[in-house]
Amino acid sequence: MTFDPQLVHVLGGILAVLFVATAIGQTLKHVLQAPAAANTVENLNARLNAWWGMVVIVGIAVLTGLHGALILFGLLSFLALREYITLVPTRRGDHRALFWSFFIVTPIQYLLIANRWYGLFAIFIPVWAFLLLPTRMALAGDTECFLERAAKVQWGLMICVYCLSCAPALLMHSAVEGARLLLYLIVIDQMSDVFQYCFGKLLGRHKIAPLVSPNKTVEGTIGGGLSAVALGVALRFMTPFSVGAAAGVSLAIVVAGFAGGLTMSAIKRDRGIKDYGHLISGHGGVLDRVDSLCFAAPVFFHIVRYFYTG
Amino acid sequence: MNLREQVVGSTLAGFVKLVTGANARWYAEPPSPEARARVYFANHSSHLDFVTLWASLPPRLRACTRPVAAADYWASGLRAYLAQKVFRAVLVDRGKGTGKAPEPAAPKSPKGGHGDTIPRLSEVLGGGESLIFFPEGTRGDGQEVAAFKSGLYHLCATNPGLEVVPVYLENMNRVLPKGEVLLVPLMCTVSFGEPVQLGEAEPKEDFLRRAHDALCAMRDR
Repeated sequence: MTFDPQLVHVLGGILAVLFVATAIGQTLKHVLQAPAAANTVENLNARLNAWWGMVVIVGIAVLTGLHGALILFGLLSFLALREYITLVPTRRGDHRALFWSFFIVTPIQYLLIANRWYGLFAIFIPVWAFLLLPTRMALAGDTECFLERAAKVQWGLMICVYCLSCAPALLMHSAVEGARLLLYLIVIDQMSDVFQYCFGKLLGRHKIAPLVSPNKTVEGTIGGGLSAVALGVALRFMTPFSVGAAAGVSLAIVVAGFAGGLTMSAIKRDRGIKDYGHLISGHGGVLDRVDSLCFAAPVFFHIVRYFYTG
Repeated sequence: MNLREQVVGSTLAGFVKLVTGANARWYAEPPSPEARARVYFANHSSHLDFVTLWASLPPRLRACTRPVAAADYWASGLRAYLAQKVFRAVLVDRGKGTGKAPEPAAPKSPKGGHGDTIPRLSEVLGGGESLIFFPEGTRGDGQEVAAFKSGLYHLCATNPGLEVVPVYLENMNRVLPKGEVLLVPLMCTVSFGEPVQLGEAEPKEDFLRRAHDALCAMRDR
């Protein structure tokens, strides 16, 4: 088995960056002893440790092609949906519809990608699950808050399963180019979060939406976003994009990712919690980590599909 | 317990932890295994309750903790194997009749307990093993914690100095509610609180209310 050399190079570069970041994190731990700074550094180091695990998992997934990517994102969807449904109040009458969401709708969505059946992949959750699940809930006979309950389950499936499944769906058309595009999407999306975090910590003054996401600042978002666009242009050798197109596509990923983070935060605030889960040390749950990807993946997928595949 | 039952037990504990993502929170120090036997008492809304609580205990405590389970449900077939061999449940008769009919929430039974139940449980505690106990007596809908039956009080009155630990199980009714056979893998939390003890000459109603409050306090934390 030979691996795509481009993927290997980019993954090697990511590991090198992570190595340098870890060295800096460990140095800061010894240099900064003040309690306020120590907390930030401790959180930074916890995040870096988790990054090592996440990079290894993503690396294996993109190197093993369509099936590796499907297994990874299928699991991510499952875990994200679980965090989402745990948080959203449901009633006894939703039980069977929830069972179907986890064990029938989610696997079918990923099996459709495995079979490269684009037509059904694109409408399965928005049409078929959309009609089927409320029917199952109506059959259960509980009408209390029916519309809210049906809407909440459908929204969770759209975000956690449909939107997230657009990431591995990049490999439907071409496994090699698709894997590069998938890694490109993940790197720009996640580095945009990292850059925004760094710029926000260093320069952040003006809060964008203090009630929704107190850590998002104008300075952090613009500085981090522009850095991510620059990275997107620098990495365009992985993609079919020209310089201008790479900048435009990266900007779309950054903006969609920002919208995802903000929207998913609004739900957390409404439910009165800080994180969706506790699976990834320093990051919260899976949904906290992939919130921006949930919005960026479908945007990126459809841009690529419309402009770059026949 | 032989090797096969240990493997089945650890596998089940792992499976339940995977399904429920059971996140144990200790609001008091977890007892050392050398500590004396205790009773973990919890709210009851699902058949998975005692397995989840059991799986949330550190393995060394798990080995010396036995659930108190209803004889009518756990008496035959695979359930009997699991209850008797794997979890080493102490099977008790939970009421007159088959347990199918809903029992009154707080029976005013003058004797309390059913025949030899309390002596048998006391014997297990005397042997140094802890118990998992559901003082509501039956599964609820997961919304409210029903009033306790008197079993917990009689257990404490018979075993002076016994520590009973409130354990609130959250979301179990959403994973496997009463009357369901299909699991929905939501995340659950198991919150262990500060132990409660029966005060000297404390009336039964006061003690049961105090224990009930301690359990509800874990829910609201």
